[in-house]
Amino acid sequence: MIANSVNPSSANVCMRWAIAFFFIAIAHAARAGDGRLIATGGATEVEGSAGGGLVPWAVLAGYGTRDEIGGSVFRTQLQLPDYRLDAYGGAFTIDNRVEFSLARDRFDLGTLGKAIGMPGAALRQNVMGVKVRLAGDLVYGDLPQISIGAQYKHDLDFSIPKLVGARHDSGTDVYITATHLELAALDGYDLLWNLTVRSSNANQFGLLGFGGDRGDRRWLAEGSVAMLFDPHWAAGVEYRQKPDHLSFAREDNAADVFLAWFANKHVAVIGSWVELGSIAGLARQRGAYLSLQGSF
Amino acid sequence: MTGRTIVFIFSILALSACAPTVRAPATLYDQLGGNAGIARLTDAAIDQYAADPRVAPMFDHVDIGRFRRVFAEYICVVSDGPCRYTGASMADAHRGMNLHEGQFNAIVEDLTAAMTSVHVSVPTQNRLIKRLAKVRTDVLYK
Ligand code: HEM
Repeated sequence: MIANSVNPSSANVCMRWAIAFFFIAIAHAARAGDGRLIATGGATEVEGSAGGGLVPWAVLAGYGTRDEIGGSVFRTQLQLPDYRLDAYGGAFTIDNRVEFSLARDRFDLGTLGKAIGMPGAALRQNVMGVKVRLAGDLVYGDLPQISIGAQYKHDLDFSIPKLVGARHDSGTDVYITATHLELAALDGYDLLWNLTVRSSNANQFGLLGFGGDRGDRRWLAEGSVAMLFDPHWAAGVEYRQKPDHLSFAREDNAADVFLAWFANKHVAVIGSWVELGSIAGLARQRGAYLSLQGSF
Repeated sequence: MTGRTIVFIFSILALSACAPTVRAPATLYDQLGGNAGIARLTDAAIDQYAADPRVAPMFDHVDIGRFRRVFAEYICVVSDGPCRYTGASMADAHRGMNLHEGQFNAIVEDLTAAMTSVHVSVPTQNRLIKRLAKVRTDVLYK
């Protein structure tokens, strides 16, 4: 099914989850925490997991310590020359040990939609994520924080992906990620690094289905480096390998440079310049990304 | 590159080699402003603790005059200053408090705010936090 506009009932699913998270948070108010240091909940990547903008990090959403709960909601928009990506969702973390997340991605086909006679057409997917912190701590100790996670993605609009050769309308990414803040590492400034290894068969994050005529699951490397100017401001770069398994059109790796502002432990704004390369035959898809995040 | 540009670049390099090198203060203690700076920082930190509901109750029955003295000594020693620490070990000082992660981070936040209020630069703040962070396991859940 092609969505000509966001289907209101399914669009509400994430909203309902966000509201549910909110009430769970209220119910746990005694334990709802802001015990972690500012910015240590990271931003939210487009698939809903705590991380950078494109790469999940080992950090868990929100600001709860191991005695507390935490969580976040986000809304992201990425404007490309020929497309637009909208994402929103929420995440909920228990005891800084396990993170549950939900996200909706909507990829507006823009120019391509018009070209195929379906102006306003979009590809949508839901992403359900879980992440578990295995060891270490982002800030303290020499060991990086190490987490494993999974993202189950399900396409709501599979006819185009199927037409271009995608094998499945859903898939599960699994990843292991290590993240650490090196205090005073760069001329006295804190430096964050992240390395993620992901097994995935998702074409264009899953928006173009899963698996293709040129292969299915493969290992992908992702990474981020950021510098903190002070506890509220960070700037960095990210890189994410993507599979290239549909012969109808090349898929490129993704990269971005970002600037993040953590106003306080409840509000963060992330601006970024994202390079996605060629998407469905349209080259040079790069553009501005803006993400708003609320957290506790 | 033209010959003129090359000559120009070389003269800049030569000039900068002649310029007196501005040496960064040798120790973290110096960067914190020595004893006077650490005394100001200690006062600011105690003000922050007193205003922080996550921390203040722990200090209800503490001799603040003594804490002020030994805390300043501790910061001095940790930052390679010429002092002698006369207080208790970190494990002993915090035994029985059962401090949790959130309280430790609260102290880090209060110290950061204190350092900002007495105009310690961000790199110097980070260097001190890095050293203090090492005592975390001695202090928590004891
Ligand atoms: C970087 C972490 C910390 C450092 C470097 C530190 C340092 C110190 C020092 C040097 C003393 C004096 C020891 C003595 O009295 O002989 C002390 C005492 C004390 N600290 Fe900490 N501390 C830290 C974390 C905390 C935390 C997280 C709390 C609670 C929120 C706390 C509460 C206290 C209290 C209440 C005392 C007074 C104990 C007494 O006099 O009986 N400290 N601390």
